[in-house]
Amino acid sequence: MGLFDKIKQGLKKTAQILRTDIRDLFKTKGRLVDQAFLDEIFEVLVRTDMGVQASQQIVDRIAQKYNSRVIEWGDAVTEIKSHLKELLRQPSVPLNFAPDGLTVLMVCGVNGCGKTTTIAKLAQMLKGQGKKVVLGAADTFRAAAVAQLRSWADRLGVEIVTGTEGSDPASVGHRAVAAALEHGADVCIVDTAGRLQTHQNLMRELSKIHRVLGKQVEGAPHEVLLVLDATTGQNGISQAKYFTDAVHCTGLVLAKLDGTAKGGVAVAIRQQVGLPVKFVGVGEKADDLLPFDTDVYVDGLFDD
Amino acid sequence: MFERLQSGLSDALRTLVGQGKLTESNMREGLQLVQEALLDADVSLPVVKDFVAKVAAEAKGERVSRSLRPTQQLLAIVYEQLVALMGPIDHEIKIKPSGSVVMLCGLQGSGKTTTCAKMSRMLRERGASPLLVAADLQRPAAIEQLKILGDRIGVPVYTEPGESDPVALCRRAVAQAPKLGANVVILDTAGRLHIDAELMRQLEEIDRKVRPDQVFLVVDAMTGQDAVRSARAFHEALTLDGVILTKLDGDARGGAALSVKFVTGVPIKFIGTGEQVDALEEFHPERIAGRILGQGDLMSLIDQARRKLDQEAIAEQQKRIMEGEFTLDDFRNLLDQTARLGPIQNVLGMLPGMGNILRALESDDVDAAASIRRIRGIIDSMTPEERRKPDIIDISRRRRIAAGAGVATHEVTELTRVYEPVADMMRKMASLSARGRIQMIQQLSRQMMSSPESLLMRQKKGTGKRLGSAEKAALRKQRERELRRLKREKKKK
Repeated sequence: MGLFDKIKQGLKKTAQILRTDIRDLFKTKGRLVDQAFLDEIFEVLVRTDMGVQASQQIVDRIAQKYNSRVIEWGDAVTEIKSHLKELLRQPSVPLNFAPDGLTVLMVCGVNGCGKTTTIAKLAQMLKGQGKKVVLGAADTFRAAAVAQLRSWADRLGVEIVTGTEGSDPASVGHRAVAAALEHGADVCIVDTAGRLQTHQNLMRELSKIHRVLGKQVEGAPHEVLLVLDATTGQNGISQAKYFTDAVHCTGLVLAKLDGTAKGGVAVAIRQQVGLPVKFVGVGEKADDLLPFDTDVYVDGLFDD
Repeated sequence: MFERLQSGLSDALRTLVGQGKLTESNMREGLQLVQEALLDADVSLPVVKDFVAKVAAEAKGERVSRSLRPTQQLLAIVYEQLVALMGPIDHEIKIKPSGSVVMLCGLQGSGKTTTCAKMSRMLRERGASPLLVAADLQRPAAIEQLKILGDRIGVPVYTEPGESDPVALCRRAVAQAPKLGANVVILDTAGRLHIDAELMRQLEEIDRKVRPDQVFLVVDAMTGQDAVRSARAFHEALTLDGVILTKLDGDARGGAALSVKFVTGVPIKFIGTGEQVDALEEFHPERIAGRILGQGDLMSLIDQARRKLDQEAIAEQQKRIMEGEFTLDDFRNLLDQTARLGPIQNVLGMLPGMGNILRALESDDVDAAASIRRIRGIIDSMTPEERRKPDIIDISRRRRIAAGAGVATHEVTELTRVYEPVADMMRKMASLSARGRIQMIQQLSRQMMSSPESLLMRQKKGTGKRLGSAEKAALRKQRERELRRLKREKKKK
């Protein structure tokens, strides 16, 4: 090794040290894995909204593996990240399309979680992929919900099928699929009214829409997306359970991830209900929808 | 004597094994339970840590009631602290006679528009004339939504098609309000992220230029750990006056209530409990406290503990009575406990004599609950000295007490009349032997069976002779009908 190389290496080292703060410097010496260390990890995890149970499991894992040993904080985080990435891993193609012909997507969720905006974004994305999209405005309950979706449809230039306020949402869904078939569309996205998962009659109504959508097209709806507000806490688990019971959800859309909330409850949902995250919403504009990237998401969970 | 010795010994024993007082070690299990429950209910971590530390500091060293385990005692304290922290209750929406402006803000999808409509309906019921202002120019069809809701409940909605500046729109709406006959203007602002600097500035500008009298933050009850961040940001930008918690008709535990109250300190005013326009209710901390701690095991443990504590208070009192002390305060507590304990059978025998009084109260057509309420009211209006020594109550004091309790002066006299025999009996009983007590109770029961009302507050009743005007009219009608019938029959004959 020449003199110059050594100097260069030395400089590099200094630069690295300068970039890290004192806290990190202390950490690079490693820490004893004791209760205080485990508590700290628990707190980091709980802050992401993944819940006591999931957080405790991970802490136990770390405790078991490294108990009374000295490890670096960074190593612990890397360990946790790789565990979460493994847990959240999923097929790289987010949407399940019909082998041929029309694909039907159904979108559901609680009130105000961002269903309608998500649908607009999905329509924009699919249109960008050269697909012909028809929207079904089956939220016939909330005031002006149809108007909201229609204004998106106009903006994006896609066809929309609507019903009058208070009419049967299942029939709107049915007509939307019929129109999509008639016009040779590739994808039909059906919006549904927001509902709290504990309202049984509303959940039955949702099951009915789901059943009706399957009548005209084999295997429809091919995807049932549950939209989850990223600011939601542990109630997300209950939402995932009840909606999956009612309409066999196939995946989550984590909306409003552009705030400071991390949507960590998705981890607990993956563990307890099995639903994968398919997309994330990161803004109010039509192209603010991204396919879920496990690595990016997990890394983001621990950035502050 | 033996009893006292026994209980003294067991107390000492408990202290020896460390159960007599709350200590760090015997609270650990309970605090862990509480922490998990709060986190599961989505109370934000910094709030949980702070709350648990405060409770621990306050509870440490507290004597554990004899009938409770330390964990139970701790849980009872937790519940009380939780309720205290989320209170006090304040359901007012202040309205100036000259006209007020209320602004609702919050994150996207928290339920602002629906809440605006609900609130306008509530205000109208309270006698105000509201005007809804559609200032959400961001979300497609938000204006239409507010218009439809306004139509549904018959509240006017101010809109300006084509306007894109919410600040200007709000200013004009407020200026127009008096002409439209409204004295409360409710601004429905667009949902925004607390970290969206531009939109937060816009909100501050509305706040500065329109000067709303009240600013409410609308918070989704399902919010998780992020609740502290967003609430703090909105509070810093606008200085909130209150919080409205929405979507509580689901199964969310609502820990956000505690988080938001903790960081902003402003009262939680209302809760949204459904999609219908009348589903806005007043906030009650006890209900949410129970919900946050979970309807399951923890809460039932707490209920149990609170019940036991009540019973201990009764036992404590019984002891004092036995020692010959019986003040009006004791009398009041006695009535309280009997009222709270519900079924009279439970109370029978708990205190000598009282069972009979209450039985009499029940069997008679006297409204026992109302009677107890009045007695309480009278005692509450007395000074501590008067409660200890009722003898000092003279005419002027009596008048003051009556005015304070909202009763007639004679009812105060009546109370001392009811109280004295009971107190006498209690005092006498303390000096008697066990056998003497039993004899006395028997004698007393006999006496009360013969005239139970002697121990009751006399209530004014109708004499049976004076009739109200409606009754008089009815009687007159009946008489006239009878007369006509008689006449008809006469004619027939």
